[in-house]
Amino acid sequence: MSSNMASSSAGSGDSSAARKNSKRPKYSKFTQQELPACKPILTPGWVISTFLIVSVIFIPLGVISLFASQDVVEIVDRYDNDCIPAPARTNKVAFIQGAAPKSCNRTLTVTKRMKQPIYVYYQLENFYQNHRRYVKSRSDSQLRSPKFENQISACKPEDDAGGKPIVPCGLIAWSLFNDTYTLSRNNTPLAVNKKGIAWKSDKEHKFGNKVFPKNFQKGNLTGGATLNPDIPLSEQEDLIVWMRTAALPTFRKLYGKIETDLENGDTIQVTLQNNYNTYSFSGKKKLVLSTTSWLGGKNDFLGIAYLTVGGICFFLALAFTIMYLVKPRRLGDPSYLSWNRNPGGGR
Amino acid sequence: MAGNETKRPRRRRRRIHLSKLYTLTCTQSCFKQDHSRIGGPGYSRVVFCNEPDSPDADSSNYSDNYVRTTKYTLTTFLPKSLFEQFRRVANFYFLVTGILSFTPLAPYTASSAIVPLLFVIGATMVKEAVEDWRRKKQDIEVNNRRVKVHKGDGSFDSKEWKTLSVGDIVKVEKNEFFPADLVLLSSSYEDAICYVETMNLDGETNLKVKQGLEVTSSLREDFNFKGFEAFVKCEDPNANLYSFVGTMELKGAKYPLSPQQLLLRDSKLRNTDFIFGAVIFTGHDTKVIQNSTDPPSKRSMIEKKMDKIIYLMFFMVVLMSFIGSFIFGVTTRDDLMRRWYLRPDSSSIFFDPKRAHVAAIYHFLTAAMLYSYFIPISLYVSIEIVKVLQSIFINQDIHMYYQEADKPARARTSNLNEELGQVDTILSDKTGTLTCNSMEFIKCSVAGTAYGRGVTEVEMAMGRRKGSPLVFESNEDDVEYSKEPFVEESTVKGFNFRDERIMNGNWVTEPHADVIQKFFRLLAVCHTVIPEVDEETEKISYEAESPDEAAFVIAARELGFEFYNRTQTTISVRELDLVSGKRVERLYKVLNVLEFNSTRKRMSVIVEDEDGKLLLLCKGADNVMFERLSKNGREFEEETRDHVNEYADAGLRTLILAYRELDEKEYKVFSERISEAKSSVSADRESLIEQVTGKVEKDLILLGATAVEDKLQNGVPDCIDKLAQAGIKIWVLTGDKMETAINIGFACSLLRQDMKQIIINLETPEIHSLEKTGEKDAIAKASKESVLLQIINGKAQLKYSGGGNSNAFALIIDGKSLAYALDDDVKHIFLELAVGCASVICCRSSPKQKALVTRLVKSGNGKTTLAIGDGANDVGMLQEADIGVGISGVEGMQAVMSSDIAIAQFRYLERLLLVHGHWCYRRISTMVCYFFYKNITFGFTLFLYEAYTTFSATPAYNDWFLSLYNVCFSSLPVIALGVFDQDVSARYCLKFPLLYQEGVQNVLFSWRRILGWMFNGFYSAVIIFFLCKTSLEPQAFNHQGKTPGREILGGTMYTCIVWVVNLQMALAISYFTLIQHIVIWGSILVWYLFITVYGELPAMISTGAYRVFVEALAPSLSYWVITLFVVVSTLLPYFVYSAVQMRFFPMYHGMIQWLRYEGQCNDPEYCDMVRQRSIRPTTVGFTARLEAKRRSVRRSESI
Repeated sequence: MSSNMASSSAGSGDSSAARKNSKRPKYSKFTQQELPACKPILTPGWVISTFLIVSVIFIPLGVISLFASQDVVEIVDRYDNDCIPAPARTNKVAFIQGAAPKSCNRTLTVTKRMKQPIYVYYQLENFYQNHRRYVKSRSDSQLRSPKFENQISACKPEDDAGGKPIVPCGLIAWSLFNDTYTLSRNNTPLAVNKKGIAWKSDKEHKFGNKVFPKNFQKGNLTGGATLNPDIPLSEQEDLIVWMRTAALPTFRKLYGKIETDLENGDTIQVTLQNNYNTYSFSGKKKLVLSTTSWLGGKNDFLGIAYLTVGGICFFLALAFTIMYLVKPRRLGDPSYLSWNRNPGGGR
Repeated sequence: MAGNETKRPRRRRRRIHLSKLYTLTCTQSCFKQDHSRIGGPGYSRVVFCNEPDSPDADSSNYSDNYVRTTKYTLTTFLPKSLFEQFRRVANFYFLVTGILSFTPLAPYTASSAIVPLLFVIGATMVKEAVEDWRRKKQDIEVNNRRVKVHKGDGSFDSKEWKTLSVGDIVKVEKNEFFPADLVLLSSSYEDAICYVETMNLDGETNLKVKQGLEVTSSLREDFNFKGFEAFVKCEDPNANLYSFVGTMELKGAKYPLSPQQLLLRDSKLRNTDFIFGAVIFTGHDTKVIQNSTDPPSKRSMIEKKMDKIIYLMFFMVVLMSFIGSFIFGVTTRDDLMRRWYLRPDSSSIFFDPKRAHVAAIYHFLTAAMLYSYFIPISLYVSIEIVKVLQSIFINQDIHMYYQEADKPARARTSNLNEELGQVDTILSDKTGTLTCNSMEFIKCSVAGTAYGRGVTEVEMAMGRRKGSPLVFESNEDDVEYSKEPFVEESTVKGFNFRDERIMNGNWVTEPHADVIQKFFRLLAVCHTVIPEVDEETEKISYEAESPDEAAFVIAARELGFEFYNRTQTTISVRELDLVSGKRVERLYKVLNVLEFNSTRKRMSVIVEDEDGKLLLLCKGADNVMFERLSKNGREFEEETRDHVNEYADAGLRTLILAYRELDEKEYKVFSERISEAKSSVSADRESLIEQVTGKVEKDLILLGATAVEDKLQNGVPDCIDKLAQAGIKIWVLTGDKMETAINIGFACSLLRQDMKQIIINLETPEIHSLEKTGEKDAIAKASKESVLLQIINGKAQLKYSGGGNSNAFALIIDGKSLAYALDDDVKHIFLELAVGCASVICCRSSPKQKALVTRLVKSGNGKTTLAIGDGANDVGMLQEADIGVGISGVEGMQAVMSSDIAIAQFRYLERLLLVHGHWCYRRISTMVCYFFYKNITFGFTLFLYEAYTTFSATPAYNDWFLSLYNVCFSSLPVIALGVFDQDVSARYCLKFPLLYQEGVQNVLFSWRRILGWMFNGFYSAVIIFFLCKTSLEPQAFNHQGKTPGREILGGTMYTCIVWVVNLQMALAISYFTLIQHIVIWGSILVWYLFITVYGELPAMISTGAYRVFVEALAPSLSYWVITLFVVVSTLLPYFVYSAVQMRFFPMYHGMIQWLRYEGQCNDPEYCDMVRQRSIRPTTVGFTARLEAKRRSVRRSESI
């Protein structure tokens, strides 16, 4: 019995060995490149229905987006020019760098009811926060933990003041925006909440709650705002917002939130301190009050674009239908095999 | 006697002086003028035979016998392969940017730049190492073969080949290869002759006779060599296989050496038990190695063009960097009083407004690094990966597996796959490639009656086509590969004759039985074959110089005329007696053998039969034989001529058999004259002999004709026909005789009867007479003039005919003329003529000439050439051609080792080219285009973003987004495209061979298409960038009022790019398997996974991308809405374009796709119609032959 088993197993081993020794490629759909596949080609049906589907999706989306954008109420006030006293306007840079009082009053009118929260932004134009020198001029480790206070190599020339490291170091922090806005409605102060304007992850993981500003703005040149050295960086939300560099030279940054509704016809007085120098590079400054929709702020572009592309697709669907009808072709008609006549002229 | 021979059962013929069989061979080489040059420049080699230890021998310091074919050695591998790597401009560029990335110039971190480069370089180097290791193993095998070498004391010892040195005496035994170039001293035969097979050198299968000097022929035992000393002076190593000049000094006397004494490395000893030889040339000095050129590293046309694209991209990078640097310089210069937040007053040199021009120059470097994403770093490595996988598919193709030899196809170098799809001209060897190198007696015409019902491969192929094409079509796939050799009931090698009328002794009842008897008796007697009788089975086998002679003797035996013994002067045959009807043994006394040579084109024997009758039996080519017939011997001439033409048209080798009776007196005269002629020593000895023999070989009586099939490999005519339909030209380059080559041309349908043959040779009387005078310069001059004249005449004919289809021309040229036709000043005219002809056949060409012809076609034509061959004589050609395909046949491995792709049978070429070639070409070209597209799409958004950063070289994306783009998010789909995409299935590739022209005309990789894809990349980038920018500017981005920062714009744009390039891929491919789905959707998914996981890493690592996706992008609807919109809008223009193109201007493959889609391919009639229409007028192949036949029928009908 056992010998029987042994011999039979040996026999089978032999035959399988013989099979193994053969160099015959093993058949499988994969190795023979015969895998089941769908081989789509752009038939009229596919083309037309694709266009129709796109337009059917895009047009409603466009309408919704447009509505969303229309819902947003936005008040924009450019003040960089007006906030300089008329006599000083010939040399704005001198004025802004001088010691004269920079206070300035602006009045905004609400043209449509604005539901809270209303976001207050400052918008800078022609300000290159995305310049490579600027972008790199920061020390992430220093911001995160007091242990790395001395990691300031990337921060030149705002790395130290008199040999002591600056916290937070670098050009970004140094050039912190320092215009301030005080809002009031009908002479009652309008509270602007400056909490919760930064990304949570920044507050929690990038800016340490044990890191306090040190030697900030103590160098030869003073850039922008100063920071309260008693408040940890994680609570300095203006700084955190500023340090998330903008992608483009025109950008808005959150200043705060107004947490009451504004009614149509309300006038809002803004007392602002026009401290920040955008004049030397002729940048505009704007104050923006805006509500948001599910899509964010006010921008009609997306809605219009959706409608346009949806419309084009609808038109294309029509055009292709007509083309296919006007120029019907018995598919596979060999007379279309034009390479017969012209083997050299591959189209 | 039997007892004596138990040890060596097959040695009955041993005692024959074989040199006597060769009446006409000039075995005594004459002193020629060349010998006077010995010792002079070019003839300075000095060899001391059998005294390798002598001080004189050491001083000459010849190379050893070690042969190396590897590209690298252990020490040179690293520097040399690195050098090879960085010779690629792109890699060098990345090396430079990689080094620069460690400086403050870098816009991104060094690690993100260097990691992909290391990966890419490392992968390629590993591949190189593995490939070279394989070659190394082959070298080791060859160098360690063993041979017996004289030890110095009269005994021989087995040593490795590599240890041989010049002057050694070696003993080579039967069926062994010669380890080096040897001078033959003696052999097992008394007269020091030996048989050599030079298959590996020149592809000729018939054995060559070499003969040692008479003075050394007695050294036939090992101990003879004790104290033997000789001194050889000869020419320096050179590549000429057919010349050798030297002298041997033996005991003070000088003897001339000629090629007759030279045994070449890699040829094989046959039919001789052993030989002794002295080593003259070793290792790289041997003629065969001198003949081989270094294995060139071949690059495909697409790759060469790819280099140009890369240069174009470099240009664009430089241009963009220049624009950027200029603007950057200008803005930086103005910064001093303006952008105070950049602290321009205290700046490093890179941003210093006071030295803005220097900053601009530095910036140029930075920008060049940033825009390096224009050039796909992973392109080369992806292509390498793809090609390796493609080769695996080629290796795995079950339809290219040859069951009998257990050999699958093997792609040895993978970098030429796509070149297979662009072949314009195939240069094919004949023996072993087109033919199996076996001759089969298949038909004969005796007394005006045709016998033989065997069917040749061509006839089978034609029959299939002529019979209903519909049937053929519908089960094409079954027929295509299942047509293994039809089973033969008898398996006598060399015999494929079926005819019950004369088989099994039935011939006696035929009319003209006496003629039949004479016919077969002639076959049994008129030859130089040696029989070998196996003592045990009494079976007789034959050893013949050429396989067709063997086929005759075998045929005679099978039909009852068994030749069984040969002595020096007699031939014994068992035959059926016509009168008594019994088998009798007959003895024929052989008086003379008048040997075959290429000028005589016939051979005869003069025998005396048992009755004392003198007979001259003669067989020869039809053109010389018919004119030698006597008046009363032409009884069957008409019918025989018809049959011969028919046979020739079917590709058979024909010979005419005739005989005459001689009377005593006549023979006496002849005998005297021939011995007189033979003993003459003057230069015109041979012509004298020819005169004498010509006088006796006349007034012959015709018996009939034989037809021998030089058996084509299976499916060769079919394959050639398909390839011809695909528009591929086929040239045959062979070392064989012109007649043989022409026959094969007919057999393969490369030639037809109605084709005009332009034959160029030097067989003119003037040249012959010049040759006799021996003035080399005069001969060369006259020959060249003659060749040039013939070429010009040929061209004139070509022009005159206007190149019409019916006037197809065939060019046939022999080696001697080819030597002149390949001269620099003639070769272009020659090429023009050759290109104008439908078929080109070069015969008698040496390996070097084959290579030269290949080079001529390749360089003169600018088209892709494929060379296919099986022997070492094809090595040069295989290496020279754009693609070398080796037939892994029975003989030698040299061809395979130097080939790029090895297949087992010629017919697999069809599938290799039409299916794999087409696919690979399409895949690689689409892949390369797509690669540039995706990198432009990506890289150009970087540039556009720069415009909004005053070109300060801030990357729009995170560092690792940048470097992983090519590796992670876009590479797998491209690789999948490169490996799996099929425009049409294999079945349709074969059904519509013209599809192949897409590759030949390079429509898929034309500049138009490349630039089109690039344009696609540019506008995709523009659309993506501006749509994203406008949508995100500058308002809040989510409903919590957060505004988008750099990382959000970057993240959104990057998402759009990943979607767009992957969906673009989905639109571009036409073959969606599960794999495609996985890689395309997978890549997109991987991007989302990556950004999530990467964002979760500590902020120190992920920097700007920290939690961007989880916190900012994913929760805000606008991100998704923007992505959807941007992606669809970007793809829309391409979609419209391809919809219009597919419908209204489809390319070849598009049309076939339509046909398949419409299901009309299932309608056999319709399909055949379309196929017929798709066939270009072809000039060769049996389709063309059928056409020609139809035409001639029509013509005759109209008359």
